[in-house]
Amino acid sequence: MRDLSLHILDLMQNSIRAQAKAVSLSVLLKDDGMLSVIIEDDGCGMSEELLSRVTSPFATTRTTRKVGLGIPMMAENCRLTGGDLSIESTLGVGTKLTATLDTSSIDCLPLGDLPGTVTTLVTMNPDKPEFTLHCASPKGEMRFDTREVREALAGVPLNEPEVAAWMQESLREEIEPIFGGVIL
Amino acid sequence: MKSLAELQAIREKTLNRINLRKEDEAEATRVVIGMATCGIAAGARPVMLAFMDEISKRGLNHVTVSQTGCIGMCRLEPMVDVIVPGQEKVTYVHMTPEKVGRVVAEHIVNGRPVEEYTIGAAEK
Repeated sequence: MRDLSLHILDLMQNSIRAQAKAVSLSVLLKDDGMLSVIIEDDGCGMSEELLSRVTSPFATTRTTRKVGLGIPMMAENCRLTGGDLSIESTLGVGTKLTATLDTSSIDCLPLGDLPGTVTTLVTMNPDKPEFTLHCASPKGEMRFDTREVREALAGVPLNEPEVAAWMQESLREEIEPIFGGVIL
Repeated sequence: MKSLAELQAIREKTLNRINLRKEDEAEATRVVIGMATCGIAAGARPVMLAFMDEISKRGLNHVTVSQTGCIGMCRLEPMVDVIVPGQEKVTYVHMTPEKVGRVVAEHIVNGRPVEEYTIGAAEK
């Protein structure tokens, strides 16, 4: 993966496959340069046994194939910077993945096209789950919620090409001032 | 957020078209993009966004874009299936945003698959 936004797209596919009704993504940059990426869903969750295996890239039975390389690659990229990746999960309740990275490390991946990632997720999953995005840095913050977009569109599906174009552009306008110059 | 009021305008513009489309759903051309770890790493996201952009620019009504998982040919990603009703499914491999314009123009609009981008050409 070339940047964090691609990792985020990949990891959030796990929430979608877990039948989540709502998925939230937070990308938070602190004063000291530490970046947290938090993905939280209300999907099916994982058993303790599966949870203990998900960070292994070589878990190859059919049931773990849906996890595969996504999590271990992200975990590796976090650790390279001195950060880490952790997952909490409860069967039937949901899963929370927290990745931390030190953006001052030379090995830290750039954030990449986060608007493109969110637009792709929404366009590919227009009916469910609902997505929320929260970005924050010392420069400011923004929030995005597909429920608001759905309400404003009143019946027009979220995967209309015009809607996708609007989403990409409006997210870019809001996210760039928050992370621009630091990790974009 | 770039005003939600803009969505109102989009809604008015698209609502009629959507109602028309509902009547002949079976006629829709489907574009299916591989979005597993392998697809994403190979560049599926810009390909998908390029399809949305091209469809929007041309105002194509009867095209839907959706995703699928890994079908086991990771080395050929990004892969895209184009399914035109009544015709055989065409699988494009090693897709790039640059190739999307031709696929939309020649295949989806004019009905002639772009032979040189297909899995058949890649596997020779």
